[in-house]
Amino acid sequence: MTMLELDNIHTYYGNIHALKGISITVDKGEIVTLIGANGAGKTTTLRTITGLLKPRNGTVKLDGEDIARHKANDIVYKGIAMVPEGRGIFARLTVTENLDMGAYSRNSKTEYDTDIQRVFGLFPRLKERRNQIAGTLSGGEQQMLATGRALMAHPTLLLMDEPSMGLAPVLVELIFETIQQINKEGVTVLLVEQNALMALSIANRGYVLQSGMIVLQDSAEALKKDPTVQKAYLGME
Amino acid sequence: MRQRFLNRINFTDIALGIIGVALVGLIVVGSFRTLAEGNYTTRQWLDFVVFGIAQGSIYALIALGYTLVYGILRMINFAHSEVFMAGSFTAYFAAAAMAKSGFLEANTFVAILILFGVGMVTSIIVGVLVERIAYRPLRRAPRLVPLITAIGASEVLKYVFKGLYGDQFKAYPEIEALKGSFTFGDFNITRIQVVVILSAALLMLGLYLYVQHTKVGKAMRAVSEDKDIAALMGINVDAIIVRTFVLGAALAGAAGILYALTFRQVNFFMGFFPGIKAFTAAVLGGIGNIPGAMVGGIFLGLFESVGPILFLDGLNVPAPYQLKDVIAFSMLVLVLLFRPSGILGERLSRSKA
Ligand SMILES: Nc1ncnc2c1ncn2[C@@H]1O[C@H](COP(=O)(O)OP(=O)(O)O)[C@@H](O)[C@H]1O
Ligand SMILES: [Mg+2]
Repeated sequence: MTMLELDNIHTYYGNIHALKGISITVDKGEIVTLIGANGAGKTTTLRTITGLLKPRNGTVKLDGEDIARHKANDIVYKGIAMVPEGRGIFARLTVTENLDMGAYSRNSKTEYDTDIQRVFGLFPRLKERRNQIAGTLSGGEQQMLATGRALMAHPTLLLMDEPSMGLAPVLVELIFETIQQINKEGVTVLLVEQNALMALSIANRGYVLQSGMIVLQDSAEALKKDPTVQKAYLGME
Repeated sequence: MRQRFLNRINFTDIALGIIGVALVGLIVVGSFRTLAEGNYTTRQWLDFVVFGIAQGSIYALIALGYTLVYGILRMINFAHSEVFMAGSFTAYFAAAAMAKSGFLEANTFVAILILFGVGMVTSIIVGVLVERIAYRPLRRAPRLVPLITAIGASEVLKYVFKGLYGDQFKAYPEIEALKGSFTFGDFNITRIQVVVILSAALLMLGLYLYVQHTKVGKAMRAVSEDKDIAALMGINVDAIIVRTFVLGAALAGAAGILYALTFRQVNFFMGFFPGIKAFTAAVLGGIGNIPGAMVGGIFLGLFESVGPILFLDGLNVPAPYQLKDVIAFSMLVLVLLFRPSGILGERLSRSKA
């Protein structure tokens, strides 16, 4: 069943035409990855889905409803949460306060308690550091926090923007395992990555974005074997 | 190595260094001579200190408004001094009416609460209107634009209130219950000073708890760090900005009442000096930093009250107390030169603008 459907999206920054007619679908329960070089338009795509940018043309449908012109602060109430590029944690708030902000859209205290236990279960490090100022966390811990914060919103669709960026291989491993686990628990994931190999190894399907256009789309297996993908994104000759 | 070190020091640094050393020297010599001459009694010094703390509490309340708005919008709300004036000036009419009917004397406590209510509500209305009309349409404009609008808004408000209430000074009625003072040995504090210091302390404690522990308070801090990410959490950024203006304005309104109880004179121009001094206090404490504004306010109040006599009397400067405004403004310039990040050291450059 289609959950998210972008149809012919055009997004601009002033006169810069960043997305030139993008169409993407994500089915319920899937992990879909969006790969592409720096500047291809991956972040712009996610910002368009979350309402931080408004597309000039096209529709963003969530469960059939066009949300392209909704305000960014309404999107989370529709079940979409994002782990932003560069983590975007609130550096001066404590770990717990960051998680509280993740749960801003939630009202039930009991659900909050279960959600925070779930996050602490996934990332015991966050529990140890729950009273620490978030800006003092290591890069890996900040990524855990950004992920945990998104989960506190109880999303049905999780958008992740380059979660592996700047992390040591062990931590990248951990983050990707967590993504799979979150997905098993029923959360649909749209994963943006430059680390194409890792992304394709956990995704069901993938899209290749280049200069604001989708140039390739297929199952993750097929993309891994595609010669152009191997050459351009997997570093194989 | 040495070459590189020399390259890093430029002429401005040297000039600033010399000025700094000279000033510190002057202050030390002046204070030493003043104390050695012993022209002032312990009791007088204590009076200066108490006056300074009371005055500083008022600065601190106003300074919080500058700092809250700066923290969330990275702009100096120059109309804030008029938000303060509006509350104080408007509450005068309530005070005069209650004095006339006898209610002020019969029910002083309730009457003062009513004054706070009128002052704070008026300031809130003015503060929110300024945000809505003058700043919100410019949210995406370059930073200089809302700054200029702020100065414009400040002028407009002054003359609106001049038009509404006239250009005469109005005298707040004297309140019998607030006359007199408490004395313990050399320590003397007027009843009004007690009211000022206690109310300011309560309000600041309330603000601190609100910002630190409530959901809206945390959202304010989140918005002040990153508006886009805050919006993704489901936070309505504009609504939080309005709440910030409401808080700042409410504190300014309360400060307006405390100011009126202390000095008992109000007019449309009354916001100027307290405003610019509170701004100095906010910069001193590191603009955007809430505890900084509180500390900066008290510090400036004390500095202004004790400083002129302590630093200048020993240097045989005539009538040093009349130089207190000069001292406050020199302080603003010096802080901006030497420690633009304020005494509590929140760096402007590092905050996400
Ligand atoms: N704030 C912005 N203003 C102007 N152009 C931008 C802005 N952000 C991104 N772009 C441009 O849009 C294009 C896509 O950027 P982005 O979506 O960030 O790429 P990616 O996330 O794939 O690296 C790039 O050419 C980039 O230069
Ligand atoms: Mg990007």
